[in-house]
Amino acid sequence: MAALVASMFLAPAVDAESDSGSAKLLKSTSDHTKFKALQVEFNSGPEVTKACLSCHTEASKQLHKTEHWKWEYRNAQGQLLGKKTLINNFCITPVTNEAACNICHIGYGWKDDSFDFTSEVNVDCLVCHDTTGNYRKPAGLAGNVVTKAMEFPPGSGNIIKPIDLKKIAQAVGKTSRDTCGACHFYGGGGDGVKHGDMDSSLASPDQALDVHMDALGLNFACATCHMTEGHQVPGSRYAPTGRDKDGAHLRGKEDKTNPTTCQACHGQAPHKKIAKLNDHTDKVACQSCHVPKFARGGVATKMSWDWSTAGKMGPDGKPLTIKDAKGHPIYTAAKGDFVLGENVVPDYLWFNGKVTYTLRSDKVEKSSQPVLINHFDGSASDGKSLIWPVKTMHGKQAYDPVNKTLVVPHLAGNDDTAFWTNFNWEKAVATGMASIGAPFSGKVDFVATESTWPITHMVAPAKDALRCHDCHASNGRLEKLTGIYIPGRASDHARWLDNTGWAIAALTLLGVLGHGIGRILVSKRSK
Amino acid sequence: MARIYIFTRFERFWHWTQAALIVFMLVTGFEIHGTYTLFGWEKAANLHTTAAWTLIGLWLFAIFWHFTTGEWRQYIPTSKNILGVMNYYSVGIFTGAPHPFRVTKLSKHNPLQRLAYLLIKLFINPLIWLSGLAYLYYNELAASKIAAVAGVNLGTIALVHTAAAFMMLAFLIGHLYLSTTGHTPLAHIKAMITGWEDEESDRSPATVSAPIGH
Repeated sequence: MAALVASMFLAPAVDAESDSGSAKLLKSTSDHTKFKALQVEFNSGPEVTKACLSCHTEASKQLHKTEHWKWEYRNAQGQLLGKKTLINNFCITPVTNEAACNICHIGYGWKDDSFDFTSEVNVDCLVCHDTTGNYRKPAGLAGNVVTKAMEFPPGSGNIIKPIDLKKIAQAVGKTSRDTCGACHFYGGGGDGVKHGDMDSSLASPDQALDVHMDALGLNFACATCHMTEGHQVPGSRYAPTGRDKDGAHLRGKEDKTNPTTCQACHGQAPHKKIAKLNDHTDKVACQSCHVPKFARGGVATKMSWDWSTAGKMGPDGKPLTIKDAKGHPIYTAAKGDFVLGENVVPDYLWFNGKVTYTLRSDKVEKSSQPVLINHFDGSASDGKSLIWPVKTMHGKQAYDPVNKTLVVPHLAGNDDTAFWTNFNWEKAVATGMASIGAPFSGKVDFVATESTWPITHMVAPAKDALRCHDCHASNGRLEKLTGIYIPGRASDHARWLDNTGWAIAALTLLGVLGHGIGRILVSKRSK
Repeated sequence: MARIYIFTRFERFWHWTQAALIVFMLVTGFEIHGTYTLFGWEKAANLHTTAAWTLIGLWLFAIFWHFTTGEWRQYIPTSKNILGVMNYYSVGIFTGAPHPFRVTKLSKHNPLQRLAYLLIKLFINPLIWLSGLAYLYYNELAASKIAAVAGVNLGTIALVHTAAAFMMLAFLIGHLYLSTTGHTPLAHIKAMITGWEDEESDRSPATVSAPIGH
């Protein structure tokens, strides 16, 4: 009997042991700590890449084809896009500022035009595949890493600590919210600045912030939706899918459409409990209801940026900085005035996936402000558009009033012409424009600009999605949207019908009241 | 006072349920339209849809009832005595003249009622129903292979539906008032509740059947 009781208690113990044994099962077939090629001291990034390539022979060739590497993309209209050439209304452009900006290039050493885009060892594997969280690419070093303590900038007294490339290389793994976020959360020069729906709060979000990336729940990585093969990451903002008309993707069924759309998993009729909602999926992008606001994670995003006021000095003669109640800068001498936003209600527009940009060479007229940095195409009737939520970024930035083009200012650098050193626009723009071989009149003026950013991350749980009355109302979220009849929106009413209808009802009422009063008077008189 | 039983139990049930549904659908319908906020749009839309299906269910029974009982004949229009009835409501009712129409079990509606109810049944109701169903199934229509159907936009459907609702509202106001024009203000309403209509004691069949006033 005692043996039986003992065995009853012992048996589960044995099971638990074998369970913990299976929990150690690696998902990968490789343990990178065991590779000889990684058991050496690395003195630079490219040395690590060389080791990676000794097994992953095709990796750099694959990466050379990506926007992540080229910073170039030609859209369907033939416009050459990408960070290499585009101008935006945040930090304007990385051009002439490569040493600072290009720490977010997936390469080592892009400090100027001489960068070798054919070099396989210049591809930075670790910035995407680090799992330690210790990998750093300090600003100013053109994407290179520091393996020995160094003072930077020279003479500043600021010491940059080295990183242990061997340890990091031996721990490589899949990409994560942290690795993608290291650049994508910080676009525009700081946390949450650019996109509005992507910031550091998504590194470890709760369910309320993002129902898919919920760290304690579904715990999606970026690549769960941006399903990547051969390093080609789908779902680029440069090639958006305005309206995915397909059903959910199915294993075994070849499907070449964009795998990052909501529909690629959820299909066209995802609402099980309230079927009427499925009647909206042909007109309304999922995000319009399911991302009720952006910048919801406690990190503010920039809604407006006025460069024209940059350069003011404080009473102490030093560059002026003004902060808001929360301690966020709303003015800096280097960048001008900002308006920040948290929990921002998006703008809504018809969007069919076609985006047209104002390029560096395009003519810009001050008479047609704001200049559209990019324009989202779409209409209620083209059959390709859905109603999308977007962030509208308002800017005021330098342009050449004689040649009528947006300009490239040289912002960062320890030289005489960098704006952040000398606060002189004419010098900064002269250097910037010379670097791209573009004409510059010598005059600088400022022009209002506007850029549009699709809102698609920070998907809220269903209970926090928009409700009917958010749009089915006058002065609701879709008040300005044209081309569609929205029940409940007074501006859609046929005024003549409402006026006539109420007039008839009122006249009928008056008629019967008059008749009734007549009857009462007559009956009183007859008494 | 003589009494006749003119509204059967089903007929009364149908009438009052329909009356409640129509009033309720006018209230929720104009909220959906955007005229005011009462229940909240979502609730109004859900209630309106539920009421619509209830009314359609009720009407299926009512149609069955009309044809199995032959009561549909009550709505065949007639010009007989119509001017007399019009004259009564515009003049006679004030001078104390007797009503020119006598209610019987086989003819429970006066010629004006016949016309009005027939208009409701053959024009306003179908207009509301068809436009309402098109409203509900707009997506299915838009996906239709028939170009003429697929091309109808929601604004047009809503326009027709709203116009029909205004007609129903105008009818309702007139109907409510005319229900007070019996020999006492509540006589017709009582009849609609109990089924029994009082016959006016001072009215002899001879005066009733004769056309008057012209």
